[in-house]
Amino acid sequence: MSYIPNTPEDQQAMLEKLGLSSLEDLLAPVPENVRLRRPLNLPPALSEPDLKRLLNGMAAKNKNLDVVVSFLGAGTYDHAIPSVVPHLQRRSEFVTSYTPYQPEVSQGMLQAIYEFQTMVCQITGLDIANASLYDGATAMVEASLLAVGPGGRGEVVISMGVDPQYRRVLHTYAHARGFTIKEVPTRNGVTSPEDLDAAVSATTAAVVIQQPNFFGCIEDMRAIEPVAHKGKAVFVATITEPASLSVLASPGEYGADIAVGELMSFGNTMSYGGPALGFMAARSKYMRLLPGRLVGQTVEEGGQKQTGYVLTLQTREQHIRRERATSNICTNQSLLAVGATIYLAALGKQGFRELGELCLQKAHYAFRQITALPGYKAAFSSPFFDEFVITAPVSAQRLQQHFEQAGITGGYALRDGYPDMPNDMLFCVTETRSKEEIDYLVDVLKEVQA
Amino acid sequence: MSVENLIFEIGAPGRRAATMPAMDVPTESPQSMIPEGMLRKESAPLPEVSEIEIVRHYTHLSQRNFGVDTGFYPLGSCTMKYNPKLNEDMAALPGFAHIHPLQPDSTVQGAIQLFYELEQYLAEIAGMARVTLQPSAGAHGELTGLMLIKAFHENNGQGHRNLVLIPDNAHGTNPASATLADYRSVEIKTDPRTGGIEIEHLKEVLDEHAANVAAIMMTNPNTLGLFDSKVLEIAKMVHEAGGQLYYDGANANAVLGITRPGDMGFDVVHFNLHKTCSTPHGGGGPGSGPIGVKEHLVPFLPGPLPEKGDNGYYWADPGPRSIGKVRANKGNFGVLVRAYTYIRTYGPDGLLHVAQSAILNANYLRHELASDYEIAYPEMCQHEFVATAERQKEEYGVTALDIAKRILDFGMYAPTIYFPLIVHEALMIEPTETETRETLDYFVSVMRQIAEEARTDPEIVKTAPHTTPVGRLDQALAARRPNLRWAPGQEETH
Repeated sequence: MSYIPNTPEDQQAMLEKLGLSSLEDLLAPVPENVRLRRPLNLPPALSEPDLKRLLNGMAAKNKNLDVVVSFLGAGTYDHAIPSVVPHLQRRSEFVTSYTPYQPEVSQGMLQAIYEFQTMVCQITGLDIANASLYDGATAMVEASLLAVGPGGRGEVVISMGVDPQYRRVLHTYAHARGFTIKEVPTRNGVTSPEDLDAAVSATTAAVVIQQPNFFGCIEDMRAIEPVAHKGKAVFVATITEPASLSVLASPGEYGADIAVGELMSFGNTMSYGGPALGFMAARSKYMRLLPGRLVGQTVEEGGQKQTGYVLTLQTREQHIRRERATSNICTNQSLLAVGATIYLAALGKQGFRELGELCLQKAHYAFRQITALPGYKAAFSSPFFDEFVITAPVSAQRLQQHFEQAGITGGYALRDGYPDMPNDMLFCVTETRSKEEIDYLVDVLKEVQA
Repeated sequence: MSVENLIFEIGAPGRRAATMPAMDVPTESPQSMIPEGMLRKESAPLPEVSEIEIVRHYTHLSQRNFGVDTGFYPLGSCTMKYNPKLNEDMAALPGFAHIHPLQPDSTVQGAIQLFYELEQYLAEIAGMARVTLQPSAGAHGELTGLMLIKAFHENNGQGHRNLVLIPDNAHGTNPASATLADYRSVEIKTDPRTGGIEIEHLKEVLDEHAANVAAIMMTNPNTLGLFDSKVLEIAKMVHEAGGQLYYDGANANAVLGITRPGDMGFDVVHFNLHKTCSTPHGGGGPGSGPIGVKEHLVPFLPGPLPEKGDNGYYWADPGPRSIGKVRANKGNFGVLVRAYTYIRTYGPDGLLHVAQSAILNANYLRHELASDYEIAYPEMCQHEFVATAERQKEEYGVTALDIAKRILDFGMYAPTIYFPLIVHEALMIEPTETETRETLDYFVSVMRQIAEEARTDPEIVKTAPHTTPVGRLDQALAARRPNLRWAPGQEETH
């Protein structure tokens, strides 16, 4: 099948206008010594019904969260998506548009992103936000790059409570860009202000802390803030579970300069981890240093001075500033930002509050039930939001096998990022888990014998 | 025209849409679970709106937005082809959309299989040894590719190489990505006769800097829509100087099944699946920017990489020389499902026909517009070409911007304007293969009418657009007094 509308007859007529006789004639500028003179070695074309059968079969090989109960979080969270979100987000005028370079015919997307920027400010308590970044990890890297500055060779101090994948990405970028990273270990699952104090120096460009951190533990950001700010460093809060912002103090409240993180779980499917939705919010003073797109409100040039929206402060960006741009971001995650915006509108002030309370209470209920089982104990005594680490009487690998037999997806085995934690598993309980499902998890764990 | 209020300006206290599950577990007070200092003091001031208000609001916003489904979108270098509905349906299958990135491999066999097979398809299309599907967009792919080149040079004791050669017509992301990889960009001139790289200038730069050249970044066909026929010669020169060749795949729609970056001598290539493979742009993302590499760069790829073993598909950690990771998890899987569906839709002959048809459509427009507009390089183009408003500006004071705005009045999007930077008053036009001959003819008739208006009634062009939801907006004011968010009490911005 094909989406090329013109028939061979149409094409022949067009070729004739050009004074050509065949499609091959159009390829004259491509020299023979680089021509591929054989068909690409790809599977043959399929019809739509055949493709549906093929893709349905592949999808069926995956255990999806509609049918498998899951207690996995670790950076990607299962929050219910109200039907109203995909119905509006998938309107094809949004889906099939490009980056809104022509604002007069792109007011819908521009206004939606302006609303997104506003909502990100509302939940983070900061002054400004950009139009999105690839994902939480690259957003955290962009904040670090902003702090290090052009040509800078400063150092980024980061807690080991930050998602190991995020830190891996930061190391990858830091090596290429040429700045150093100092990792601060955790105690009792959290960053100790004393350890941080020892790590932060006059050359520290950024201090990066995740809240709640990868272990689910709540960092004492109010104690960390003065340490982060004792020099000139930018204090970056990384938020992978945005539902926490409903209950926990916002980055604005505890004095972060920049908040970055992941908003995919707000209204967007997790789709095996991507596309994701990185965000960045900041204090106003960083406005002209922000990476990525920014939408601003303005008015018409002449006439009625009606309100409108445009991409603005574009002199920061690659298509204008080229090698001196604040980042190389071009395509970002607009459509996911629209999803998150509709999601937050659908929850609203009250629903957002309830979301956080449900996650908090359900996770703590699960925690109490699990830690009451013989052999299972809390890895840390630090407070948490909707994720917590349990030290099991057996290896996390053994636990996984039991979960598989029981037909559920358990938590995340921490040994992948933390080799010295072989029996530790990170459990996540969001509003989507019922008491019945939690009790079933507890029953499964009870049956595992050391 | 009417104004659509902001979501914050509608609704009333107490209104809401989504309902939450019941609190079915015994509760404790939040104060007993979270230290006082870390509790949020005030609820986030989100909107309070009902579902019907939300539906009407975002429906209205969508109606104030122009997409490929609305009309012709000849935005050069962006490949705004039709986004098949089938691909959307496939990406939305629960078995693809509702899977967690950290699920055990045994529970996501179909997903890893899709990664594995798509990687092979893209490697074949590009003429490369392996592909990573991790990068999230084209620019992200560029940066990843430069990181690979850097790791390769460092591994060879050539870590001092700090220059990336970039043609003066390159996409802005190229030099911006080079900076991020801590490279300095050196601009290579375009040969005004051919529109390709000026070989003499390249030779000069290589003679002067050979020992420090890390790579050259090229698109071929380039942003003028011209195929650089000297590409093998360029590859030889750069390779002999010890540099690597990076292929910016933004224009890959022109080469499918015709030629391959690998066969042109490139070492690294990125794809824009949201261009070439028809995945929707979503108003500026999500995209996907896979990177293909030749054998000598495979050890440096970010990981993990999909593999197939006796017990099915699995994720393999990359070797010790891997650059690491460029994002969390494996890639923009939802976009990859669409690209996979697209490639399977067309097969080898179909993809070749895609490229040929895109080239035909571009040449048809180039030919038909030449009577009224200067064409920067009037010879045969590939998938796009650059017309200019130089004549209109000189004679009637009508600019490329004016013409772009006037096109909007006729229910079409505008070409890319003022790019590439080396062409004055550029109107960069890429029709793609998914447009009918009638649509192309309509565009031609509109462009001719605008050229006529420039002669006879330039004001109507200079004050365009006239029929859009808003008129021309004050960009200078937006930048001078930035208003990036709504705040309570904000009635009028300015």
